[in-house]
Amino acid sequence: MTTLSLRELPAGHCGTIVRIDAGIELSARMRALGLLPGRRVKVIRSSPFRGPIQVRAGQTDLIIRRGEAAAIQLLPCKPEVACSP
Amino acid sequence: MSKRIALVGMPNTGKSTLFNRLTGAGARVGNWPGLTVELLSAKVLLGDSMLELVDLPGLHNLHGFSEDERVARHFIETQSLNGMLVVLNTTQLERQLALVLQLKSLGLPMLLALNMADEAQNRGIRIDVAVLEQRLGMPVRLISAKLGRGVPELKQTLGDWLRAHPKPMQASTGVLAEDDVIEITVEELIGKSFHIPISLSPTRTDRIDHYLLHPWLGIPLFLLLMLGVFQAVYGLGVPLQDGLAWLLGEARTLWLTPLLAGLPAWARSFLLEGLYDGVGTVMSFLPIIVVFFLAMAVVEDSGYLARAAFLMDALMSRLGLDGRAFVMQLMGFGCNVPAMMGTRVIRSHTQRIAAMMMIPFSLCSARLQVFLFFTSAVFSPRAAPWVLFSLYVMSFFLAFFTAWMMRGHTRRSVDPLLMELPPYRLPTLAALARQSLRESGHFLRQAGGFIILGVALVWFLTHFPLDAAPAGPATLAGHLADWMKPIFTPLGIDQLLSIALLFGFVAKEVVIGSLAVIYGAGGDQLAGILAHRLDWVQAYSFMLFTLVYTPCVSALATLRRESGSSRAMWASIAWSLSLAWVLSFAFYQGARALL
Repeated sequence: MTTLSLRELPAGHCGTIVRIDAGIELSARMRALGLLPGRRVKVIRSSPFRGPIQVRAGQTDLIIRRGEAAAIQLLPCKPEVACSP
Repeated sequence: MSKRIALVGMPNTGKSTLFNRLTGAGARVGNWPGLTVELLSAKVLLGDSMLELVDLPGLHNLHGFSEDERVARHFIETQSLNGMLVVLNTTQLERQLALVLQLKSLGLPMLLALNMADEAQNRGIRIDVAVLEQRLGMPVRLISAKLGRGVPELKQTLGDWLRAHPKPMQASTGVLAEDDVIEITVEELIGKSFHIPISLSPTRTDRIDHYLLHPWLGIPLFLLLMLGVFQAVYGLGVPLQDGLAWLLGEARTLWLTPLLAGLPAWARSFLLEGLYDGVGTVMSFLPIIVVFFLAMAVVEDSGYLARAAFLMDALMSRLGLDGRAFVMQLMGFGCNVPAMMGTRVIRSHTQRIAAMMMIPFSLCSARLQVFLFFTSAVFSPRAAPWVLFSLYVMSFFLAFFTAWMMRGHTRRSVDPLLMELPPYRLPTLAALARQSLRESGHFLRQAGGFIILGVALVWFLTHFPLDAAPAGPATLAGHLADWMKPIFTPLGIDQLLSIALLFGFVAKEVVIGSLAVIYGAGGDQLAGILAHRLDWVQAYSFMLFTLVYTPCVSALATLRRESGSSRAMWASIAWSLSLAWVLSFAFYQGARALL
C-alpha cells in the first residue's frame, strides 16, 4: 500500500495517519488537536487560491496550511469505507 | 487566608464563559511577576473563604511552544496554587483528555469541569462520569457554562474541594509523563467512559459551511458580511458619537463656560479649548469602541472568525500573517483604535505587532471626513469619486507593503495556522455586553493619560505665546511650521496647512475645524478659500500626507498599550512619517515635472 501526504488527499476522502514528519513543536500541536498516528482523518474542503485545508479528526474540525499538511503521511481508506469518523 | 486556583483549558472550550459565570462582574486585568502578558483574575466568595480565580490563556499541550502555552505553563510552575480547575469540551473529550493527564503529573489538586454538556447531549454523546472520577482520581462535573447549567453544583464542589486542599502548593515540574504513555491511557479511558453514536448526521454547522466556505461563494460572502458588520458598527456608532459630542458641547456652553468665567483667559482657553475639547474629541471614540466590540464578539464567539482566517489565509500567508489580520485591517477602515485592540485574537506577539503596524494605514472614517471636504472643494464632481477611490487603493497598498516589509520578522514566529474550526454557536447577549464594556473601560483607563498629555501639548504649541492669535504664525506652532518649511515646501504644503497637520495629530476629526480657525472661515467659505489657494496637485499631496502620516494620539496610545512597548509606537511614527513624506514628495514633484 502506498502512503500519501494529507496535502495530496482530495476533498471528501479519508485516510489513517501513519507518520508525522514534523519538528517537536509542530507535532506536539498536531497531537493536541488530534492529529497523531493511528487516527483517521477526512479532508472536508480546501480554501480558494491554494489556501489552507479543512480536516476532520474525530469530533474536531481543523484548518491546516498545505505546507504543514505535507508533513502528515497517511494510508488512504478504501473507497468503500464509509468516511464518517 | 485567600486561596488561589488557576482556570486551565484548551482554546474554544468556553473557559472564559465559565470564568464569567463563576466570577460575575468583578474581574480585573493584572500583571504577574515574570509574565509579559496580563491575565484576567477575580475574587469570588465561596462559603467562608475568599478565592482568587486566575484565567490562564488557552493551552493545547503542557509542553507546547506557542506564546500562550508558555505563559500558562510559567504561571502554573511559578505561582503557588491551591489547585487547578480544568475545563474541557465534552464533545471533544477523546482529544482533550490527554491534557488532563499531562496536568496531573504536576501534582496539584485538580477539579474537572466538562463543558458544553448540552451540545454533547444533542449529538447523542454519553459520558460515564463515575468511571472518569474513579480513574482520574478527581471530581468531575458536567456543565454548560453558556446556559449556566451545572454551575451552582460546580461552585458547591469547588467549595468542598477547597476545604479539602487548604494549603497552597508549588507544582512539581520534574516529572513529566511520556506522551505515548498518556495516549494509551486516554484510549483506554475513552473506551470505558465516552460513548458516541456510530454515525453522526451532517450537523447544522456543515450545512452553513457549505455556503459560507464555498470555493467561490465564500470570499464574496465574507466581504459582504464584513460590509454588514461595518455598516452596523458605523450606522449605530456614528450617531451615538455625534450624540455624545453634542452632549459634551451643551455641557460646555451651559455649565462649564459660566463656571470657569472667573479664571484668567489663558487658563480658560487651556481648560476649555485644550483639555475639554481635546479629551471630548477622543472620548467620542467610546461609542464606536463599544459597538465595535459587540460586533467583534459576535464574529468571534459565533465561530466565524476562524472561517474568515480560513478564507483569507492564502493572501495573508504570503505576507507572513494569517487571515485574522485581514479582518482587523478591514475593521480599521472604520476606526483604527478598536481594530488594533481587536488584534488580540492573533496569539503570536510578533504577528500581532505586524498587524498593528499595518492597521494605521486603513483609511478611517475620520480621515474620510477630511478627504470628502477637500475633494468636494478642489476637484470637479466627476473627478472627486476617483480621487477618493485612489486614496482607498493607496491605503490597501501601504498596509500590504508594510506587512510585506515585516514578513522576515513575522515568519520566524512559531504560529503555524493550525487551529480548530469550532461549530457555529449563538453568542449570549450578557457575554457580549460584558466583553464590550470591559474593552471600553480598558481603553479609557489605559489610553487616557497619554491622550491628555498629547492634547495638552498641541494646545500649548498653538496658543503660546498667549497674546498671539491662536494657531497663528506668531505662536509656537507657527514658528514650528516656519522651521519645518524646508520639509513641507517640496510637498506643496504651505505653513497654514502644516499647522492643521499638527492638529491632525490629536484626531483627524479636528483637521477641518482647525483649518476653519486658521483661515477664520468655515463651511462653504472655507471650501472657496481652499479652492482658490490650492491647485489639485497641492490638494492631493496634502491628502496623501494626511492619509499616511501618524494616525492620531488615540491610535498611538493604543499601539503603545497593546504592544507593551514604546518602541513599536515610535517605529510606527517614524515609518508612517517617512512614508508620508516620500510619497507626497514623489507625487508633488512628479506631477509638477509632468504638468
